Amino acid sequence: MDVVAFWLLAVVAVVSGMLVFRVDSMARATFLLLASFLCVAGTMLLLDLHYLGALTILMMTVEMAVMVVFMVMFMMNPAGLMPMTMVHNRRGALILSVGAFVFLAAGALLVPWPIRRGEPPADATRQLGESIMEGKMLVMLVVGISLFATMVAATVLATGRGRYDRYGDDLTRSRPDDPVPGGVGR
Amino acid sequence: MSLQLFLLLASALFAVGLYGALSQQSIVMIMMGLELMLNGVLVAAAAFWYFVSPQRADGQVLVLLVLAVMAVEMAMGFAVATAIFRARDVDMTDMAGDLKG
Amino acid sequence: MGDQLPLWSVLVLPLLASGLALVAASTDSAVAALAAGRRVTLAELTTPVRESTRLLLTQRRTTVASDAVLWRLGGGGVIVVALLASLVVPLGAQPALDLPVGIVWFNAMEVLLWVLVWMAGWGANSAYSLVSGYRYLAQGLAYELPLMLALITAGLGAGSLRVVDVVAAQQDRWFVVEMPVAFVLYLAGVAGFSFWGPLSSAVAADLGGGVRGELSGVDRLVFVAGRYFALVVGAAFAVPLFLGGGAGPVLPGVVWVAVKTLAVLALLTWVRWRLPVIRPDRYVEVAWVVLIPLILAQTLGTSLLVLAGE
Repeated sequence: MDVVAFWLLAVVAVVSGMLVFRVDSMARATFLLLASFLCVAGTMLLLDLHYLGALTILMMTVEMAVMVVFMVMFMMNPAGLMPMTMVHNRRGALILSVGAFVFLAAGALLVPWPIRRGEPPADATRQLGESIMEGKMLVMLVVGISLFATMVAATVLATGRGRYDRYGDDLTRSRPDDPVPGGVGR
Repeated sequence: MSLQLFLLLASALFAVGLYGALSQQSIVMIMMGLELMLNGVLVAAAAFWYFVSPQRADGQVLVLLVLAVMAVEMAMGFAVATAIFRARDVDMTDMAGDLKG
Repeated sequence: MGDQLPLWSVLVLPLLASGLALVAASTDSAVAALAAGRRVTLAELTTPVRESTRLLLTQRRTTVASDAVLWRLGGGGVIVVALLASLVVPLGAQPALDLPVGIVWFNAMEVLLWVLVWMAGWGANSAYSLVSGYRYLAQGLAYELPLMLALITAGLGAGSLRVVDVVAAQQDRWFVVEMPVAFVLYLAGVAGFSFWGPLSSAVAADLGGGVRGELSGVDRLVFVAGRYFALVVGAAFAVPLFLGGGAGPVLPGVVWVAVKTLAVLALLTWVRWRLPVIRPDRYVEVAWVVLIPLILAQTLGTSLLVLAGE
């Protein structure tokens, strides 16, 4: 039963991943990528990683929703009404990727992997939580700070208007001069 | 369900993502390729946790880290794409090769 | 997976959800009649049933160059995802599926609504429909973080992500008393993901019905039913998280869950007819600048309570 589920999920994940670069419609490409992610989350649920599987579903859905907004914004052919491929160096990329797959698959099949040490815990979530709160707290701190830095950096890069546009040249305006005011009145 | 099967899935996802990241011209499509590669890493890390050392949380922490990296990469990628679009009205990497050579 | 109901209970869930959705829709149409100045007659109360029959008999519409796959997937997926989310709601004492991470599962299923409603907006190849889909995403960015933090606060109070454990942790005091801000922001999240009341800009009348406007016939019936199912499941999930689950004096647990769900639905209906539709961009700033600090303060308070209680 698990084996059937795994093969189904694995085939759908890889096929939808390949179709991402074949379809003409950008919206469909994004949601094919989401399908690939959901299948990967399904394989994680098969490995008793309940929390991480549900978390992957959650995060990847939000990411693909945001990505589809940007796809429609930037790409010339979002609805796929014209056939379009925008590739450069296609043969080189194909050769490199097939070579990478052969190399990695050979490694996966030929390397003598170590024998399993220990049993999976009853509650994998608790194991993860205790670990990132005790031994691996550095990971959590670094991830937290880097996520915050990303938010600040992304806003700074993407915004078209800065402080001086909003508050005037001397930064003296009491209310910011925004085209669409927010709800708080700042 | 064995470690080798999961690693084959991870290699396939990684290879498909590599094809996308190398061959696509648009910044957004390159990012989709990168996301697929990180997807492969996610599967591999989860498989290693379950099949090699499930009594330690190291594999799970790696999965968490890869998820955070995916979010960060997407955010910064879109910010850079927006900034380039505002400056030059393009979204292809071919027209952003200022640092080349 | 510990104590859960037998497998056939999964078939009962759609029936229960549709029953509650009918009650919610009938109440809503009765209040609509009152608000319009008409008397509430039997015709007003049976408006949902009559409207559903009418939609079943109406012809399905197709638009020019629509993305049929995404359109039908988005329109039909809302009801499926709402039913998937209802798997972890305890009916009485046990849910149909006792996941060790029930709260995260519910969160993940309601986030899938983002993608489905956008697809329903995009697929119709219509400007108003597309703009409404974007409104839903913009509003999603606003209500999602307070909703997630409210769910985390409930899990924090119980020390577990399993819904049955959250019910068991409310023996002395219901969480609505311990963490009221989380309860209010959870209800705001429910109104958000089922585009209800003040957060219904995705189906607002100023865009011709928005996402719902281009759908017709059985597609529209499935979509509107899915919206009511999402509302009902969201209200039903508030019961084990904040209102003590099936706890109550005389009646069995199932009846108390139904009574409390109906109470939450009544509250949500009252909110719908009291507050106007909020524009997403105004709500975004309020959510990020005011509501997130509030819910973080609530989480801090709850964690101090948990530490003090140990």
